[in-house]
Amino acid sequence: MKRRLGKYKTLFTATFLLSAFTFGGGYVIVPLMKGRFVDQLHWLEEEEMLDLTAIAQSAPGPIAVNAAILVGWRVGGAPGALVAILGTVLPPFLILSVISLCYTAFRSNPIVAAALRGMQAGVAAVIASVVADMAGEVLRKRDGLATALMAGAFAVSLAFPELNVAWVLLACAGVGMAATLLRRKEEP
Amino acid sequence: MILLELFWSFFQIGLFSFGGGYAALPLIQAQVVETHHWLTLSELSDLVTISQMTPGPIAINAATFVGTQIAGPVGAVVCTAGCVLPSCVLVSLLAWAYARWRDLPALRGALYGLRPAVVALIAGAGLSLLIQALWGEAGVRPALPDPLAAGLFLLAFLVLRRWKPDPVAVMLGCGGLGILAYELFPGLLG
Repeated sequence: MKRRLGKYKTLFTATFLLSAFTFGGGYVIVPLMKGRFVDQLHWLEEEEMLDLTAIAQSAPGPIAVNAAILVGWRVGGAPGALVAILGTVLPPFLILSVISLCYTAFRSNPIVAAALRGMQAGVAAVIASVVADMAGEVLRKRDGLATALMAGAFAVSLAFPELNVAWVLLACAGVGMAATLLRRKEEP
Repeated sequence: MILLELFWSFFQIGLFSFGGGYAALPLIQAQVVETHHWLTLSELSDLVTISQMTPGPIAINAATFVGTQIAGPVGAVVCTAGCVLPSCVLVSLLAWAYARWRDLPALRGALYGLRPAVVALIAGAGLSLLIQALWGEAGVRPALPDPLAAGLFLLAFLVLRRWKPDPVAVMLGCGGLGILAYELFPGLLG
C-alpha cells in the first residue's frame, strides 16, 4: 500500500513538473515524457512509449493530456490515470487562474495595452508561419484528395462562418475513411 | 444555466480538436467568440499570446481563462473538466482498440482526412486574428490597416520564416516594439 502511494506521488510530481515546463503545448511534451518515464524511471519500454504517442496523437484533445492518461493508466490503473491528469492540468490551471484574475486591471494599463497590441501582430505571424509549414507538408505529398480536402474545408469555413466546424471535421474524416477503405478493397 | 453551457462548449472543444497544438484554436474561436460571445476577438488574441508564453495546452489555458472570466473559479473547474472528459473516454477506448487490432485502417483513414481539414481551419482562425490585429474589432474596412501592426506582422513573419527562432522571442520582440512605437507616437493607439 505504502509502495503504491509512493508510486502515485512520483507519478504526480513527474507529470506536474513536465507540464509546468512545457511551453506552447503540443508535441514538445512527448520526448520529455520519454526521457522521464522510459530512461529515468524505467516504467515503460521504448516501444510502448511509441505506441502511447501514436494513440495520444490519434485521439482528440490536448496531446499532453492524452499522453498523461495513457502513462498513468499503464503505471497505476484508473487512479493512476486520474493522478496523471491532475498533475498535467494543474500547472496551466493555476497559472491561468492568476492571470485571468489580474487580466482586466492589467489590460487597462497603457503600456501593457501597447505591448499586447504589438504582440497581436506577432501572434498572427506565428500562426501564419505554422499554417505555412503545415500546408506545405500537405501540398508536398502531391496527394490530390488531401489537397482538395484542405481547399474545400478552407472555402467552406470562409463561406459559412456560422457553420459548426465540427461538421467540417466529421465530413473530412468520413471522406478520408471511405477513400482508405475503398483503396484497401481494390488491392488484392 | 451558465455552468452547463460552459461545460458543453468546452466538451465540444475537447471532443473535436484533433492533432494537438493549434488544432483547438478554430473550435475555441467558434464556441467562445462567435457562438457565445464570452470573449471578443481581441481578448482571444491576448489569450493565444498568453498561452504561448505559459506552459500547458492552449485548450486547457482557454478553459481556465474563459471559465474564470465568466463564472469565477467554479467556472474554471467546470470548463477544464469539460475539456478533459472526452479525452479520458476516447483515449481509453482507443488504447483498448489499438491493443486488440494494432492497425486500424478506418482510424488511419479518418486521420488522413482530418489532417488537411485541421490545417484549413487553423488557417481560417489565423486569418481572423490577423484581420483583428490589422483593422481592429470592426473587421476589414476599405481604410488602410494600422501601419504599425502591418509592419510588425510582416517583419515577424519574415524573421520566423528566415531564422526559425523561438516564437515566444518573436512575440516578446513585437511587444517591445509595440511599447516603443505607441510611446513615441501615442496617436497610433486608437
